[in-house]
Amino acid sequence: MRRLRSIGAFWYDFVVGDDWRVAVVVVAALALTAVLVHAAGINAWWLLPVCVFAALGWSLRRAIRS
Amino acid sequence: MTALPLILTVFVACAVEAVEALTIVLAAGLTREWRSTFQGMAAALVTLAAIVAVLGPTITLLPLTALRLVVGALLAIFGLQWLRKAILRATGYKSLHDEASAYLREVAAATAAGASSRGRVHDWYAFTLSFKGVLLEGLEVVFIVITFGASQHNVGAAVIGAAAAVLVVAVTGIAVRAPLARVPENAMKFAVGVMLTSFGIFWGAEGAGVSWPGQDAALLVLVPVVVLVSLGYTALLRRAQAAQPAAAPASEEVTSS
Repeated sequence: MRRLRSIGAFWYDFVVGDDWRVAVVVVAALALTAVLVHAAGINAWWLLPVCVFAALGWSLRRAIRS
Repeated sequence: MTALPLILTVFVACAVEAVEALTIVLAAGLTREWRSTFQGMAAALVTLAAIVAVLGPTITLLPLTALRLVVGALLAIFGLQWLRKAILRATGYKSLHDEASAYLREVAAATAAGASSRGRVHDWYAFTLSFKGVLLEGLEVVFIVITFGASQHNVGAAVIGAAAAVLVVAVTGIAVRAPLARVPENAMKFAVGVMLTSFGIFWGAEGAGVSWPGQDAALLVLVPVVVLVSLGYTALLRRAQAAQPAAAPASEEVTSS
């Protein structure tokens, strides 16, 4: 159990890293993009870059304040 | 798209990780025993090659749209980690990765550790130190090789970039017999972070169903935009840092990447 937990912690740290909020924003932005494209017919190519840049800024702001 | 951006991105990413792995290998080899160190390094390289050999062809069997959605998300998250770290280091909010001091810490630990042999390995400490160092640093490269290679349906080109970087760093390390402290690691990490984030945005959005204006040529705009935004954040943080001169950078572990 302990080994499983440490393996899980390693992969979490490896993929998600120091700020899980960045991962959440990226996944949410991709989901919203898919909904806009497939359900609303909007070619929302601009949404992911905007969200990624905002997530980076937010994460940096949190890092320098902590 | 040609294979050149793929090879260059993997080459730079792999070179950064290889420099960090070299520091650990040198500490183990010079203070303990070269044979066990090389055994550990070889075992790690074989493990990494096996991961690429198994996952590379398997992942390319996935439908391209689903592959690009998943790979794009992972690359964007991964790239933002690299960019975030590089910007914090460039602005002094996080200490720069110092190969010379990392080397000294590893040497001190390796000198203090006791000796024991297992099977054909004379020095188990040197073996495990070398194995763990190369494997952990190499996993990030494997991730990049597989995701980039699979998305381009050209895992071979990605492997060429990685192998070339390992060769260049290894030959240089053997020649100077010292950690490569002069390599501009943070600038290289920044560049790789930009590439991973840009390709992650591009493939992720494509996987979500987007048609980029200009198709593949959109990357020629996306990459400079990611560079400009990142440099803009760097400038903002430098200004904030200058306003708070008392803030001290955090320390870091030798294996942090």
